[in-house]
Amino acid sequence: MPYPQELKELIKVVEKTRPERVARKKKNEEVPFLSLEERKKILDYHPDFREEGRREIKVGPSKGYRIAHEMVDMLEAKSRVNPDLVDLSQVDYETDVLVIGGGGAGTSAALLAQEQGAKVIIATKLRHGDANTMMAEGGIQAATKGWKDSPYYHYLDVMGGGHFKNIPDLVDTLVTEAPDVILWLEKLGCNFSKFPDGTLKTLHGGGTCRKRMHYAADITGAEIMRTIRDEARNRSQDIKVIEFSPAVELILNENGECAGALLYNMETEEYFIVKAKAVIMATGGSGRLHIQNFMTTNHYGATADGIVIAYRAGVGICFLHTVQYHPTGVVFPEQAEGILITEKFRGSGANLINIDGQQFVNEREPRDVESAAVIKECVEKGKGIPTPTGKFGVWLDSPMVDTLSGEGTVEREFPGKFILYKRFGIDISKEPMLIYPTLHYQNGGLEYKSTGETTLPGLFVAGEVGGGVHGQNRLMGNSLLDILVFGRIAGKSAADYAKSRSDMGILTLDHVRAYHKGLEDADIETDRVAPMLLPDYTLPHIKERQLTSCYVGTLR
Amino acid sequence: MSTTDITKGESKETTSSKELVSIFVMGKKYEVPKNLTIMKAMEYAGYKYIRGCGCRGGICGACGTVYRKPGDYHIYVGLACQTVVEDGMYLTQLPFFPANRATYNLEAIGSDPEEVYKKYPELFRCVACNACTKVCPMDISVMDYISAIKQGDFEKATELSFDCIQCGLCTVRCMGEMSQYHIAQMVRRVTGSKIKPKASHLKTMVDNIKTGRYTKAITDLKSMSEAQLRKVYPEREMEPTEAPEDWKPADTTYL
Repeated sequence: MPYPQELKELIKVVEKTRPERVARKKKNEEVPFLSLEERKKILDYHPDFREEGRREIKVGPSKGYRIAHEMVDMLEAKSRVNPDLVDLSQVDYETDVLVIGGGGAGTSAALLAQEQGAKVIIATKLRHGDANTMMAEGGIQAATKGWKDSPYYHYLDVMGGGHFKNIPDLVDTLVTEAPDVILWLEKLGCNFSKFPDGTLKTLHGGGTCRKRMHYAADITGAEIMRTIRDEARNRSQDIKVIEFSPAVELILNENGECAGALLYNMETEEYFIVKAKAVIMATGGSGRLHIQNFMTTNHYGATADGIVIAYRAGVGICFLHTVQYHPTGVVFPEQAEGILITEKFRGSGANLINIDGQQFVNEREPRDVESAAVIKECVEKGKGIPTPTGKFGVWLDSPMVDTLSGEGTVEREFPGKFILYKRFGIDISKEPMLIYPTLHYQNGGLEYKSTGETTLPGLFVAGEVGGGVHGQNRLMGNSLLDILVFGRIAGKSAADYAKSRSDMGILTLDHVRAYHKGLEDADIETDRVAPMLLPDYTLPHIKERQLTSCYVGTLR
Repeated sequence: MSTTDITKGESKETTSSKELVSIFVMGKKYEVPKNLTIMKAMEYAGYKYIRGCGCRGGICGACGTVYRKPGDYHIYVGLACQTVVEDGMYLTQLPFFPANRATYNLEAIGSDPEEVYKKYPELFRCVACNACTKVCPMDISVMDYISAIKQGDFEKATELSFDCIQCGLCTVRCMGEMSQYHIAQMVRRVTGSKIKPKASHLKTMVDNIKTGRYTKAITDLKSMSEAQLRKVYPEREMEPTEAPEDWKPADTTYL
């Protein structure tokens, strides 16, 4: 729906201050960036700092760690299956490398494992490519322009964004492998936006000191995902994809090594056993847990499955006490609520504006700082713009982009968002967007090394499911980079591991029994089951009528 | 006021409008709040998705939907996650359609359009009916990119097909029985890898990294304490937003 009259009136306030803001920007007179001390102060408004939003985990390898209730609920839950009913002698699939997750990390891992000669199975919960990768818009960071940038500066930016808590080895690998990832994608036929001579176009992102954000219009993730998925399909002789079949447990052997996984066919409700010499966990993030009740930009399937099943198998977690809220999610129109508005708008110069038409923060602060500033503006200062649905937001002044870079820039550089808003009767090259922070990214995750290895032999980690490389806060454009750098590495490491492995031992789900015992010992009485696989948006009035009390298979 | 007071998770928002409209999901009537998208309306009605739902943001192509309106012979299409319900809407989702996809070895082929024609000879069965363009929920000129491919203009086809989300609705409607979106995917990859000029600076940087040009600088950073890093970090020189492409920093020590 178009903006109602009362919002149109408020837009006039934004228009009034725009010429002056544009003039300042043209003279490179920015609203000053916050100092590290000022950043620290404003972060009090970040949802991560609400102590009542979290609690200690009572079981498992990271017992005692305080993280969001929604995540603890998943970890303090039972398996979907009774291990006693699973006959592990009936193996349904055997392979060298099993990749769990069919997004960018999983697919790049599968490609690299295949190149090492491995037979690969990708097991994925929805369709191949149904992942947050597909939805990443803004771009992918890499220091590719040697006359002004280098991995040194990329390293510093990553550390600063993560509040200097990042794991140095992982950051080193991320920034030094980055240019090679872009080269690999170019070779695979990914269409990055380029100048006529082939020079890659790059922009700033929040927290970057050099313009190193490479992009493919405003659908960078989709272009990357469909390219590498297409390549995986070309190698279907060696890469088999099993869709709508999430892994619900890892399978170990008697020596405590990873030896496969239990898959659940969501359509037939059958369970299948995969025996694999190496397993790569690439299940992505957890936005659909709606932590602290926030709306989310995430894909339907982002429900922390990999964290749950690897944690049960003994892999520790880190940095999960920090969650990334993207500063600019749609808060109106309601139909698009939670949808991501790429940071590229801010990288292209669009200011964040309050109800008085004033810019209250530089638009290129790191994401957590930017989000905290928006929340503070709305919650403490009361300078948010009320929406017709009873929420608050601030303006993202997209028409500035046209004023700064020429008419037609918004439509050309942001075709996806331009069309989306056009459907609702809003022209974002003429009217600003109403935004509020939205749950976007799982900064933390499973502990892993720069080789992709974990403490569980035979299990490798790649992408958002892992934690450490982004410290406490990820910068824009480092997630697409992360999944491809560590996807490729995990693929190669896993294939090498598979080659060297001869004895698979006896398959077991004893770790699940032990975990259930651990729940009992910690006095956790619950009927929660995890992984949850899909979020439940069924409304109470429907639930009241769902009275089936005896479960009899597909006809519930 | 806490932060959660002003932002609610997605599950809550489906209850916002009290005014109801009737929609027919595969022929069956449900009363749902107006203003909801088809996807949220179906969830409101009690459906729980396994197929037919993906990114919920209009980019993954999982939720292609075909519908009619009362007293209107036209076929309408949209993405369930993006299209708002209308009273009397008569709909079905098409979460999957069997499509023909050819396997090819990108490294082994050149940029000759014949390579694509060999894999997809059905390209020339196009009768220019334009049903593909009419059905595209992303407003892509599907027929025009197919013509561009037939004319061997892969760059134009890449540009025209770029916003394709591969939902497959064009393929459902095609009289020539081709799978336009798979053909376009192959064409875009040929364009990206063989036709567009390469980024020479990219290769240079990769080589410099391989020869260890930055190894010492990064090893030094890695050995720094948090306090030391906090000193170095704010000193890094900022490339201005409006700086030209060939901007150079004053300090070139770490380049």
